[in-house]
Amino acid sequence: MITDEQIRHVAKLARIELKDDEVAVFREHFEKILDYFGMLDSVEENIEPVFHVLDICNVFRDDVPGECLNQEEVMANAPKTEKGYFRGPRIV
Amino acid sequence: MEEVIIGLEVHVQLNLLKSKLFCQCPTDYHNSEPNTHVCPICLGLPGAMPVINRKAVEAGIAVAMALNAEIQEKTLFYRKNYFYPDLPRGFQISQYDFPLAYGGYVTIETDSGEKKVTLKRIHMEEDPGRLTYPGTIDTARYSLIDYNRSGMPLLEIVTEPVISSPKEARSFLNKLRTILEYLGVFDGSLEGAMRVDANISLKGGARAEVKNISSYKGVEKALSFEITRQKNLLKRGIMVEMETRHFDEARGVTISLRTKEEEQDYRYFPEPDLPPMEPRSLIPDVKDTIPELPDAKRRRFMEEYGISDYFAKVLTSEIRMADYFEKVAKVIDPGLAATWIADILKGELNYRDMEFSEVFEAEKLIQVLKLLAVKKITEKGAVKVIRVMLDEGGDPLKIVRRLDLMVMDLSEVERLCDEVIEENSQAVSDYISGRKEALNYLVGQVMKKSRGKADPGETNRILIRKLKEREKDSS
Repeated sequence: MITDEQIRHVAKLARIELKDDEVAVFREHFEKILDYFGMLDSVEENIEPVFHVLDICNVFRDDVPGECLNQEEVMANAPKTEKGYFRGPRIV
Repeated sequence: MEEVIIGLEVHVQLNLLKSKLFCQCPTDYHNSEPNTHVCPICLGLPGAMPVINRKAVEAGIAVAMALNAEIQEKTLFYRKNYFYPDLPRGFQISQYDFPLAYGGYVTIETDSGEKKVTLKRIHMEEDPGRLTYPGTIDTARYSLIDYNRSGMPLLEIVTEPVISSPKEARSFLNKLRTILEYLGVFDGSLEGAMRVDANISLKGGARAEVKNISSYKGVEKALSFEITRQKNLLKRGIMVEMETRHFDEARGVTISLRTKEEEQDYRYFPEPDLPPMEPRSLIPDVKDTIPELPDAKRRRFMEEYGISDYFAKVLTSEIRMADYFEKVAKVIDPGLAATWIADILKGELNYRDMEFSEVFEAEKLIQVLKLLAVKKITEKGAVKVIRVMLDEGGDPLKIVRRLDLMVMDLSEVERLCDEVIEENSQAVSDYISGRKEALNYLVGQVMKKSRGKADPGETNRILIRKLKEREKDSS
């Protein structure tokens, strides 16, 4: 059973503001998702965990430098810029 | 005195690689305009796919081997989720419960002998971008973000809480820097190359985490400040709170960041865009690239060149200095080379706040020491040449000529000694009657006449011989 606390905590981590009536909506969604993942409980024990869907490992590229974007392209989507920097909120 | 317990998390930039950890952006962003070394991958644009830089993994393996850590059979990247504008994607690609290596140690020297600083783990991650605050961090109204650093390959090296003083922390970091530079994966002189977070507590108390220590000198300062702060709290009967603090280097203080007590919830999960790695399969390739490390080189220097442990330690404390010494010691007596490099040259560099990387070529020092060895210049003269070469550069022979540093011919010194003996009968008879300190006066007079160009040792020798002759004649 998911508590209201947990729903509010997850919302906070995702920077989403929830109204009181929305908590109930999300509970329903969360429960559906968890039910779905409950399927995993039916898998027999002692099975090695899988970390990646493809059975490959050690996929690398060589250490060769390439092209970058230019500053104009970099800033193209930024709402606020200043002297080549992105302007962001004050955090601490 | 209360027992101090320090654990360090050291972030080391593998800044000698040519490209970033997951993209092809070049790593030479230092002194560049902001946001000029970025691409869709390190900017976290939708759809961009990271690919791991093989060299970064190999460098990580080399470091882990050099630090005696155990490389794991399987290692993988995770997404560490947090909202902070230093990473535009909303997560950092890092490692979690399958790091590259566990364990290991670094041997350091302390006042009470050698000590092994044991390591918890070594993992790989990408560097976040750099935030600056116009004005100061506690008054700025917004932040400015530069993503040039974002995606730089980092190693996080975590020690056990076994360091017991700020001084020990400093020597641990110095030794770590030495080893990393030997491996050729790291240039510690670049800005932001090594950044440290420190956990500090007094025995029995809560620990504070101090973030943002970004210089070698800053470590001792930050730790000392924090220890004093905690001691003062205890004295006033106040409990130390568990919290994160920020080191303000300019003011030399740590300030509370007032974060919530609850552990950050990073919701780590395996990075689906990057397949796992089996790093042990790369060990055979890496093994052969690991050079002789500082402690081994120090032992070899003592055996091969017959120099003292002190000199061997100083000379091997920096790979550049060790290589420099070996070049010089091929041609010049190793004992002489050791003294001139470890004591005099290093001293002159420290005085100028210069790094060994800025020193003139070994060939130039060889020329100077050759002149000194055959007594064409004095020690004083040799030091002068070194100073000029550090300050202005130039060719040693030309400097010797320009500053008129060639030592006087011995026959000329003989002549000056005779003159001085003639002109200073009082000192001479003082010397003969047993007041040996009169010799210093006479040597001084010869030096003065020669305008410092007579060799003091030779002058001494010649004067004693001539005075002995006088003594015989007069008796």
